[in-house]
Amino acid sequence: MWKTIFRRLLLMIPQIIILSILIFIIAEFMPGDPFTGMIDPNVDPAQIDALREQFGLNDPLPVKYVRWVGNALQGDFGRSFNYKTDVLNVIGDRLGNTVRLSLLSTVLTYLIALPLGIFSGRYNDTLFDKGVIIYNFVSFAVPTFVLALLMVFVFGYNLGWFPSRGSIDVQASGFWEESWSRLYHLILPSITTAILGTTSIIQFLRTEIIDAKTSDYVKTARSKGVPIDKVYTRHIFRNASLPIASGFGYTIVNLLTGSIFIERIFNYSGMGNLFIESILSRDYSVIFVLVLFYGILGLIGTLLSDLILMTVDPRIRID
Amino acid sequence: MASNQNTEADIMADDMSASTPPMGFKVIVKEFAKDKLALGSLILMVAILLFIFIGSFIIDQDAATRVSLFDAYLPPFSSSTDPAYQGTEYLLGTDSAGRDIFGQLVIGARNSLLIGLSVTVITSVLGIIVGILAAYYAGMVDNVIMRVIDFIMILPQTMIIIIFVTIVSNYNVFSFILIMSAFYWVGQARFIRGRALTVGRLDFISASKTMGTPTYKIILREMMPNISSLIIVNLTLNFAANIGLETGLSFLGFGLPSNVPSLGTLVSAATNPDILENKSWVWLPASTLILVLVLCINYVGRALQRSADAKQRLG
Repeated sequence: MWKTIFRRLLLMIPQIIILSILIFIIAEFMPGDPFTGMIDPNVDPAQIDALREQFGLNDPLPVKYVRWVGNALQGDFGRSFNYKTDVLNVIGDRLGNTVRLSLLSTVLTYLIALPLGIFSGRYNDTLFDKGVIIYNFVSFAVPTFVLALLMVFVFGYNLGWFPSRGSIDVQASGFWEESWSRLYHLILPSITTAILGTTSIIQFLRTEIIDAKTSDYVKTARSKGVPIDKVYTRHIFRNASLPIASGFGYTIVNLLTGSIFIERIFNYSGMGNLFIESILSRDYSVIFVLVLFYGILGLIGTLLSDLILMTVDPRIRID
Repeated sequence: MASNQNTEADIMADDMSASTPPMGFKVIVKEFAKDKLALGSLILMVAILLFIFIGSFIIDQDAATRVSLFDAYLPPFSSSTDPAYQGTEYLLGTDSAGRDIFGQLVIGARNSLLIGLSVTVITSVLGIIVGILAAYYAGMVDNVIMRVIDFIMILPQTMIIIIFVTIVSNYNVFSFILIMSAFYWVGQARFIRGRALTVGRLDFISASKTMGTPTYKIILREMMPNISSLIIVNLTLNFAANIGLETGLSFLGFGLPSNVPSLGTLVSAATNPDILENKSWVWLPASTLILVLVLCINYVGRALQRSADAKQRLG
């Protein structure tokens, strides 16, 4: 087990290096630089050139890359030109919000998906099952931004149940009030994200349970006199949950990366929103670290999923 | 001798498709007859498509994108207050620049559909070629291709597409289609490879190989027919997904250039809270159209999927 983890971690290093080189090259091609905005008749062009020189923007690409990696290994990921502070500080400020959003979304995803999947599989072809199938179909097909907008429009503005924008109330003071305000702002975006994330979990659970009903181990358990409820909780659910457990890593990554649309629409100040802001203000250093962060997250998610699958299903050995 | 072999292979391929049709037309008709919702979706989808394409020919594109500041934010069913355009009726109202929402909706929908279609066709062709080659040659070739695909899959694709959109100089509709296709073909290739691998292991393929049937013939006449139904299903489902992706990117402001109407651009007006709350006629029709289109196409795709799989068929 530990050997596998170690080997997989080692394999990640070249992947991360390729990823960082790719993003670095792409970032170089972006038009303009952080000083383009300063160009106006009152500023001497020579002064801007001096600034460019000072920040090393005129150096050749490999030199810049090596310098960046050298600094990054010492924990210095460069400075954001837009926020005039360390990139890590800028991202750190937003990280908390995004993590809170993803955590609540993950919890809600499983809270919605598990009961729906289990009951629609157990009582398949009933009215409830048909309803779940329709729900599942819609949640699979609807584009993220359309659902999010409709949610804001209906629950945020028309019904006024939840705040529709932002991540915290400006007037909130004190620990409890702030925490409550944060949670209150989180509910609508999390539910939206959760609805979109339930599709595959429900699908897997339902088909697995329906298949399991006619399998030998269930028949054996029934003929030995195990009560039907116990067969479902002890025997079927355990087997049916395997693909879901293994999808956990992907689920988390999907939630984090899917947050660009959600954060944009709910004007939630997390990392997805930060990415769009940085693109608009050409804040390379932030863009670069964000994409790298999400890329590494994707690698970790895949690893996590494989590891979970290995632990819960002893039949599978991944080298 | 060579021609003899070819005719043999031809007969074999013909036999194959004659005895076990992967997804006959009759099966599809039966499936739609059984599932009334699918039939309804199909009719609605065709109706919307016809309406949009015929409508976009009739509607004057210049009139639809004409700016008249007097007419900003007119509610639906109002006529122009601008003396220059007296008598112009705005069926669905106007946006911030006084442009006709209805005209933009029709032309935007046509653009979104065409882009969705182009991306689907490009990604599918690339995906089918790469996927089948990987499955046919297997071994080393497969390994290398899959490593590359896996690597592209874990990239934060939306982010990288947005970066590309901002760095491409003289950015236009075609570069947008190419950028989207460059990232979304990998999913296709992966899917096709998975299916082609199982077909490639079947006995009749090995038999063909032993008999010396040329590679292109095995791929085109023996492997392709066996996954063709899956390809059709996949095309439909991806078409819907790609419409969602294009409108989504345009919504964020990184899709179609701002002078080309798109459903996503219309919806993006809703990022302004005032428009979202009080001027819903600007963005609600476009959102509804996207939703209805995507749901219909997906539902038709699901019905096709069921007809392709004997286990799931209703009819």
